[in-house]
Amino acid sequence: MKARNKRLALVAGGIVLLGAAVALVLSAFQQNLVFFHTPSEVYEGKAPAGRAFRIGGMVEEGSIRREADGLTVSFAITDTARIIPVSYRGTLPDLFQEGKGAVVQGTLGADGRFTATEVLAKHDENYMPVEAQYAIDQAHKAGMTVQQ
Amino acid sequence: MTNERMTNPDNPPGRSPTSWLRFAAPQQFYPLAGRLAPWFACTAAVLTVVGLYIGFFVAPTDFQQGEVYRVIFIHVPAAWMSMFIYLVMAFWAAVGLVMNTRLSFIMSQALAPTGAMFCFVALWTGALWGKPTWGTYWVWDARLTSQLLLLFLYFGFIALTRAIEDPRRADRAGAIIALVGAVNVPIIYFSVQWWNTLHQGASVSLTKAPSMASTMLAGMLLMSIAAWMYSIAVALWRVRALILERERHTEWVGEVLEAEGRAR
Repeated sequence: MKARNKRLALVAGGIVLLGAAVALVLSAFQQNLVFFHTPSEVYEGKAPAGRAFRIGGMVEEGSIRREADGLTVSFAITDTARIIPVSYRGTLPDLFQEGKGAVVQGTLGADGRFTATEVLAKHDENYMPVEAQYAIDQAHKAGMTVQQ
Repeated sequence: MTNERMTNPDNPPGRSPTSWLRFAAPQQFYPLAGRLAPWFACTAAVLTVVGLYIGFFVAPTDFQQGEVYRVIFIHVPAAWMSMFIYLVMAFWAAVGLVMNTRLSFIMSQALAPTGAMFCFVALWTGALWGKPTWGTYWVWDARLTSQLLLLFLYFGFIALTRAIEDPRRADRAGAIIALVGAVNVPIIYFSVQWWNTLHQGASVSLTKAPSMASTMLAGMLLMSIAAWMYSIAVALWRVRALILERERHTEWVGEVLEAEGRAR
């Protein structure tokens, strides 16, 4: 009986110590564990300077513009507080849309324009039928006209 | 205590107090597992058929992803199961270390291959979904990386327990991997909240209303219960095989095998 209590204490103590150690390591590496930075963090200088990093946020409504060569795209990434203009040359994922989430990888130029080498669409956790989205859009439009 | 009795071969566990604890003896658990497993397997089969039917024919098309989203009916149950099985393995490992019961370690080892399978399915279906949705099969974000680590923990556990000849030492070594690796499970689960990840947050959780249409949710939950039932069934069958392997020198195994041979 006594031996068993001792083993229980050892196992429980081991788990607590290990958990604490992992928590400390994770909080120490907090900066390296984020997959992307928000535009606000970039403005605050939290993004790594001088090397490639990722920015994540919403694609600003009405910001997508295709250049004459048909390959280069420019758009803006926003977290609703700050906006960063992005240029990208290449194919975009199907779910890349204005008003939806995206993560861009590349470098920030001195002029504040981000040159992306990779663009990923970030999907949100909402799943709904096509009809529901249609109804929401209709209600949204109706709401807009009422206000005007 | 029942425990001392169960681990003591001189004192047959069949005569221990009539509580459910007597099933902690391999000899008692072997027939129980054999009786229970088919029921769980049948339930799993029925639920899988119903769940997949709802998932592929009843649930509506997603407004944004179109048909690709239907991978969630496999991906999400598999990912949940891979994390949960690891926690159960760690639980049995802890029980085994503290109580010194052989069956606990056997339980833990019987679950590992199923957990590894679900973990692989989650990673694989996720990659197939990621390409059309995100635009890439794989990224090293916190969620995906920690899930990959889980797969390696499963492989490590299986390899280590198989590599050590002496079952008692194998049990202990495996139990330590199971307990240490369990720290990774909450990291996987909360990674999408703690850090910026490409992987989206949870659509279904205990703390908020699910952000998905009800038929989609129904299909996903049915598939999850099916995954549970399947896991329990195969784990029970694997426990039986492990018990026979470990107790092959005992008299009762000889009797059981003889009886089963006659039945055939």
